[in-house]
Amino acid sequence: MDFITQPWAWYVAGPMIAIVLLLLNYFGRGFGVSTNLETFCTIGGAGKVSDYFKKDWKAQTWSLLFVVGIIVGGYISSHYLMTAEPMVLNPETVSELAALGFANAGQSYVPSEIFSTENIFSLKGFAILIGAGFLVGFGSRYAGGCTSGHAITGLSSLQLPSLLAVTGFFIGGLIMTWFLIPIIF
Amino acid sequence: MKNVKFLVIGVVFGIILSKSEVVSWYRIYEMFKFQSFHMFGIIGSAVLISMVFMQLFKSGRIKNFKGENIITKEKKKGLIRTVVGGTIFGLGWALAGACPGPMFVLVGHGITAILIVILGAILGAFAYGSLSKKLPH
Repeated sequence: MDFITQPWAWYVAGPMIAIVLLLLNYFGRGFGVSTNLETFCTIGGAGKVSDYFKKDWKAQTWSLLFVVGIIVGGYISSHYLMTAEPMVLNPETVSELAALGFANAGQSYVPSEIFSTENIFSLKGFAILIGAGFLVGFGSRYAGGCTSGHAITGLSSLQLPSLLAVTGFFIGGLIMTWFLIPIIF
Repeated sequence: MKNVKFLVIGVVFGIILSKSEVVSWYRIYEMFKFQSFHMFGIIGSAVLISMVFMQLFKSGRIKNFKGENIITKEKKKGLIRTVVGGTIFGLGWALAGACPGPMFVLVGHGITAILIVILGAILGAFAYGSLSKKLPH
């Protein structure tokens, strides 16, 4: 049981993600999460605004169920498969974040400075949450995929567009982490 | 009913992302600060092993459940689409500390504020779809 409740090492998680890709392909589907964002738009009636969303969303039922499963998997692990131990982060990360105003880094999975429910009701807090999401949604659809579709599927099938996209992921991530986060917080 | 297997695969994927702390904002911050090998190890080993699977798909040694060859969809080409789109995605990934998969895992963790991030992501996808004809690719 210890193995289950402890955090899993990279060499456990990485191969297991590859097995998820294998299973999806075996059952005739590709590995990708961000397409669902468009499917939600289609279900919400976005086809009235743009032809881009005029698609048969029922063809994506399998993928919507995959997302429901991801939520359930998150619920199961947070309720039954986790210890209350804090995360083991690089001490440098913890002290840097403390200097930026993030107290208690690693005590929980996400910082309360961004994800506390009160933040939803403050202008700055709300803007950060919705803005971060907007960038992820816009960028992943513009690029044609996110971490699962480009970084894992695209790189492993040696596709040049995915190498370019992942390079972009890192350009954006480095700009945000090194330059913008210290300004925002 | 034939789609239930995808729900089960999703549950497994959600547990993997939780248990390996990929869904943690701090792990993403650490990755972009090069202060931990953890995320690089996960993505790197997932890519390397998937590469082996992809070769086995290509050579036809692994077939799908119908016994057909597995063909990987080709990604859309375009320098602007991939680099600019990717950079926008990266900005959001580092700020939210979550890409689309982990966002849904965090719903299961009971993090209410992630729903606003997901709403933003849907709005972002909507904005892209609506503007796609006008954007350079």
